[in-house]
Amino acid sequence: MQEDWRDGGFGIYVHWPFCQSKCPYCDFNSHVAERVDQSRWLTAYLAELDRLAAEVPGRLVNAVFFGGGTPSLMQPDVVAGVLERIRKLWPQANDVEVTLEANPGSIEAGRFRAYREGGVNRVSMGMQAMRDEDLRRLGRMHRVAEARAAFDIARDCFDRVSFDLIYARQDQSLADWRAELDEALAMAVDHLSLYQLTVEEGTVFAERFKRGQLRGLPDEDKAADFYEVTQEVCGAAGMQAYEVSNHARPGAESRHNQVYWRSGDWLGIGPGAHGRLTLGSRRWTTEAPRAPGEWLATVGRGLAGELPREALTPGERLDEFLIMGLRLSEGIALDRMLGLAGKGLRADIQAELESDGLILMGNGRIATTERGRLVLNHVIRRISEGLS
Amino acid sequence: MTQLSHIRNFSIVAHIDHGKSTLADRLIQMTGTVAQRDMKAQLLDSMDIERERGITIKANTVRIEYPAKDGQTYILNLIDTPGHVDFAYEVSRSMRAVEGSLLVVDASQGVEAQTLANVYQAIDAGHDIVPVLNKIDLPAAEPDRVKAQIEDVIGLDASDAIPISAKSGLGIPDVLEAIVTRLPAPHGDRDAPLKAMLVDSWYDAYLGVVVMIRVMDGVIRKGDRVRMMQTNAVYGIDKLAVLKPQMVDIDELGPGEIGVFTASIKQVRDTRVGDTITHERKGCDAPLPGFKPAQPVVFCGLFPVDAADFENLRDAIEKLSLNDASFSSEMETSAALGFGFRCGFLGLLHLEVIRDRLEREYDLDLITTAPSVVFKLHMKDGEVRDLHNPADMPDLTYVDHIEEPRIKATIMVPDDYLGDILKLCQDRRGIQLDLSYAGSRAMVVYDLPLAEVVFDFYDRLKSVTKGYASFDYTISEYREDFLVKMSILVNEEPVDALAMMVHRDRAEARGRAMVEKLKELIPRHMFKIPIQAAIGARVIARETLSAMRKDVTAKCYGGDASRKRKLLDKQKAGKKKMRQFGKVEIPQEAFISALKMDG
Ligand SMILES: Nc1nc2c(ncn2[C@@H]2O[C@H](COP(=O)(O)OP(=O)(O)OP(=O)(O)O)[C@@H](O)[C@H]2O)c(=O)[nH]1
Ligand SMILES: C[S@@+](CC[C@H](N)C(=O)[O-])C[C@H]1O[C@@H](n2cnc3c(N)ncnc32)[C@H](O)[C@@H]1O
Ligand code: SF4
Ligand SMILES: [Mg+2]
Repeated sequence: MQEDWRDGGFGIYVHWPFCQSKCPYCDFNSHVAERVDQSRWLTAYLAELDRLAAEVPGRLVNAVFFGGGTPSLMQPDVVAGVLERIRKLWPQANDVEVTLEANPGSIEAGRFRAYREGGVNRVSMGMQAMRDEDLRRLGRMHRVAEARAAFDIARDCFDRVSFDLIYARQDQSLADWRAELDEALAMAVDHLSLYQLTVEEGTVFAERFKRGQLRGLPDEDKAADFYEVTQEVCGAAGMQAYEVSNHARPGAESRHNQVYWRSGDWLGIGPGAHGRLTLGSRRWTTEAPRAPGEWLATVGRGLAGELPREALTPGERLDEFLIMGLRLSEGIALDRMLGLAGKGLRADIQAELESDGLILMGNGRIATTERGRLVLNHVIRRISEGLS
Repeated sequence: MTQLSHIRNFSIVAHIDHGKSTLADRLIQMTGTVAQRDMKAQLLDSMDIERERGITIKANTVRIEYPAKDGQTYILNLIDTPGHVDFAYEVSRSMRAVEGSLLVVDASQGVEAQTLANVYQAIDAGHDIVPVLNKIDLPAAEPDRVKAQIEDVIGLDASDAIPISAKSGLGIPDVLEAIVTRLPAPHGDRDAPLKAMLVDSWYDAYLGVVVMIRVMDGVIRKGDRVRMMQTNAVYGIDKLAVLKPQMVDIDELGPGEIGVFTASIKQVRDTRVGDTITHERKGCDAPLPGFKPAQPVVFCGLFPVDAADFENLRDAIEKLSLNDASFSSEMETSAALGFGFRCGFLGLLHLEVIRDRLEREYDLDLITTAPSVVFKLHMKDGEVRDLHNPADMPDLTYVDHIEEPRIKATIMVPDDYLGDILKLCQDRRGIQLDLSYAGSRAMVVYDLPLAEVVFDFYDRLKSVTKGYASFDYTISEYREDFLVKMSILVNEEPVDALAMMVHRDRAEARGRAMVEKLKELIPRHMFKIPIQAAIGARVIARETLSAMRKDVTAKCYGGDASRKRKLLDKQKAGKKKMRQFGKVEIPQEAFISALKMDG
C-alpha cells in the first residue's frame, strides 16, 4: 500500500481563485476581486511549494495544473515564477504536462504566447457552448465568435489544446446538441471535456431551480439520451470517452487529471485546494483555507496554508480508489484493489454487475461499460459493498 | 382526616387545547400548592412527549388546599384530563372518581366536538358542571356568543359561566370560589367497610406500581392489608400518599378522599382500572360497578429496521407496556419484514406516541406497517375470528362474511366548509345520521367505518377545513360489509406488510392510489419494476417503475474526492434504511407514506 500512489503518478495543482464575474452555475472556489496584488500571490505560492518540497522531496513531477477560477487572469510572470520554482524543487518527467485553464476572451488570448514561454504546454478553454443564446443563459461574458478567435490563437501557441462544453442545458434538443457537437468536433484538436449541466448546491442556478425558475432541464431519461448521443457522436469521430466526461484521441488524455482518477499523489496549492499525500503507510488528505484573503494572510505570515490534515482509513482509501478509478474506461487494476481491500470482490455482486451489463472483467482489471458509467454511483456502491 | 363537607373533587374537561392544563397551573399556583420557583407552564404535563407536543396524554391529579371566603379551608382534588379523542378513556375513568366538572370552553373558538363529548360524559356520570369561558384575553374572544352556543348546542345553563384567562390569571379566584359553592361535596360513610375505586395506576422506577384510589366508604391506612375484588389479590399497603403533585405521605384516607398507595405490585397489568379495593378482613359485600377496560382499536406491525434490533425492541415494548395497559403487543413474523410485533393502540395519536417513545427512549429505528382495525370473520363453520392483521386473512372459501367496526362520529364545522366535510364522509363510506346548526357552525353526525378513519381522516379533515373542524367519535357496533383483502405486489412478489382490507367498491381507487404512491416512493432500480394491486389473483391496478438510467456525477476532480466519498457513505447509510424484497429495496418510510391518500 505504501507505494500504491505510484500507479497514478505525482501532480501539482495550483489554484487561482479569481474571475471577472461569477457564473450562475459555478460552485468552484472563485471570487470577483477589485484588485489583486499578484506579486504577493507569487510569493505565497512559492512559500507553499518550498514547504511541501521539504516533505516530499525528489518526486518525479508528471503534471502541473493551473486551475480556477480563471488562471488566464494570472500575469504570465507569476505563472512562469511558479513553474521555475517547481523545476528547481523536483525532477520533471520528460513528458511533463503543464496545463492552464483559460477563459476564451480576447484579453486572455493576448497572454498565451507569454504563458508558453513560461513553461505552459497545454491549455484547457472554457468554451461552454457554441450558441450565443446559450452562453448568455449560462451567464458567460464571451460570445462564440470571440471564443473561436481565442481558440485559434491558442492552437498557434500550443500543441495541446482542449476545451470544455456544458450540455443538457435548458431547452436544448437532442438534434441541436448533435449539430453543436459536430461543430465542436470539427474544431477540436485531440481532447474535449463534455459536462452535463449540474445544478450545484449554493449557486444562483440552485436558487432559481428551487423557486421553479430554472425550467426546461432534461429529466433523468432525457439526460441519459443526451449522454448516449454524446458517446455515439464522439465515438464516430474517434474521440472516445476515456472518463465519464472526458474524450481524447488515444495518447492525448489529460495526464494531470489521470493522477486524480488513478489515485496518485498530488499537492494542492492555493485557497481551497485539496491534495493527497502518501507518507509511509498513511495517505493524507490536505485542504487549504478556502477564503483567498485568509489563505494569503496565513501563508504571508510564514504559516502553512493548510487546515489540519486527516489520514484516510483503509476503507476510505479504498472507496476513493473506486470512486475515482471507475470513472475511467480503463477501469481499475484488480491487484491494486486487492491490496487496498485485503480481499476480492464478492462473487454474487460481480456476477450481478456483469449480467446487468455494467462492468467488464479482463486483463486483471474491472472496467465500467458505457452503460455502467451512466449509473456509476450505483456501480461504485455495489462494488464498495462487495468489498466490505 | 377531612370532613366530607370540606372536600371538593372535580375534573377539568374541554376540547383539545382549550386550556385545561393552563387552568390547572393557575389553580395550583394561586393556592400556593407548588412553590413559585417550581412553577412552569402545563406543570402537570410531565412526560417528555407531552411537553414536546404541548398536549396532555395522561390524566393527572393534584390535591390543593383552598381557604375560601367563608373562612373555611377546603381540600380540592383536581384531575386535569387529556382533550384528544384517543385518550377519551382517561377522561371517562377520571370522571368516575369525582362529583363535578369544570367545563372549559375557549371563548375564541366556542363549542367543539370534544366539548360535547365530554359534557355528555359528565352528565352521564351525574356531575354538577361549572362552565368556564377561557382565553378572554384574546381579541377574537366572544364570550357572549359562546355562552349562547353552550345553551343552544349543549342545553346547559351558561348564565353563570365564569369568564377567565388561564394565561393571565384573570378570573381564577372566581373559579376557586365556584368550586366550593357550586360543586357538591362527596358522600360516604366513614364507619362502613372500606370501599375504594382503583382510578389509575402507573409504574414508577423507584416505587414500582403506584395505584391511585378514590375512597367511597371506610378508611384506608398505611400497613393495611387490602384485597382487589376483581383479581382477588391481596396486598399490604407500603406507602400511602396524596399528590401535591409530588407524593406527600399521609396516615389515612377517608371517604371522599383521593390518594395513592404502593404495595409491592410488580406490573400495571396486575391492576384493573375500576376495580374495588377493600380490606382483606371485614371487606365490603358488593363491589363498585367497575368499568370496561380500554380496548385497542388500531393495530399495526412494528419491525426493527435492523433485524438485529429485534431483542431490543422486545425489551422496549415490555418496559413500555409496564406503564400503559391500553397498549397491546404480540409477536409477529412477516415474510417481508422479518420478526416484529403486532401492536394495538387506542388510536393513531396513541400509536404515534408509543412509536416515538420506542424510537427515542430506546434508540430504535422502526418500520410501521399499515394501521388496521379488528375485523370479525364469520367462518362457514360458525366460528367467529378476530382479524388483527390483513396478512392473516384465511382462504375466502372458509369465510361466510366479514364484519367491521363502525363509529358514530360528531363533527363541528363552520358551514362554509360543510360541503367539503359531507363529501369527505361520503367518500369514506359514511352514512349521515344528523345535521344541525348552531349559528354559523354545523354539527354533523355520521356513521362511518372505523377502518376509513384510522389512517388519515383527521389530517384530511383538518386540511379541507383549514383546521376549523373538530371531530370526536365513539365505537358503535360491528356490521357486515363487502370487504376484501387487497394485496400489493412489487416485482411480482406480494409484500405482506402492505396488504390491507378494503371495501370492494373502493378497491380499484385505493389500489390505484397505492401503486401510484409506491411508484414515487421506491427508488429506481437497475431493472423495471411492476407494482400491482390485486384481489386474490386478479390485478386491479398496475404501474411500472422504469429502470434507472442515469446516476453519475459529471465532474470529479481532485477537489471532489472527499465530497464524493461522503456522498457514498450517505448512500450506504440510506441503504440501511431500506428493506429488501426479492431484488427490490423499499425505503422504510414507504410503508406508511403509501397509505396517505391525497383525495
Ligand atoms: N391567550 C391565551 N392562551 C391560553 C389561555 N389558556 C391557555 N392558553 C394557551 O392555549 C394552549 C393550550 O393550552 P393547554 O393548557 O395545554 O390546553 P389543554 O386543554 O390542556 O390541551 P390538551 O391537554 O392537549 O387537550 C397553550 O398554548 C396555552 O398557552 C388563555 O387564557 N389565553
Ligand atoms: C474549473 S471549471 C473552469 C474554470 C474556467 N474559469 C471556466 O469557467 O472556463 C471547469 C469546467 O467545469 C465545467 N463546469 C463548471 N460548473 C459546472 C456545472 N455546474 N455543471 C457542469 N459543468 C460545469 C465547465 O465546463 C468548466 O469549464
Ligand atoms: S469563469 Fe469559471 S470559475 Fe469563474 S465563475 Fe465562471 S465557471 Fe466559475
Ligand atoms: Mg392539557
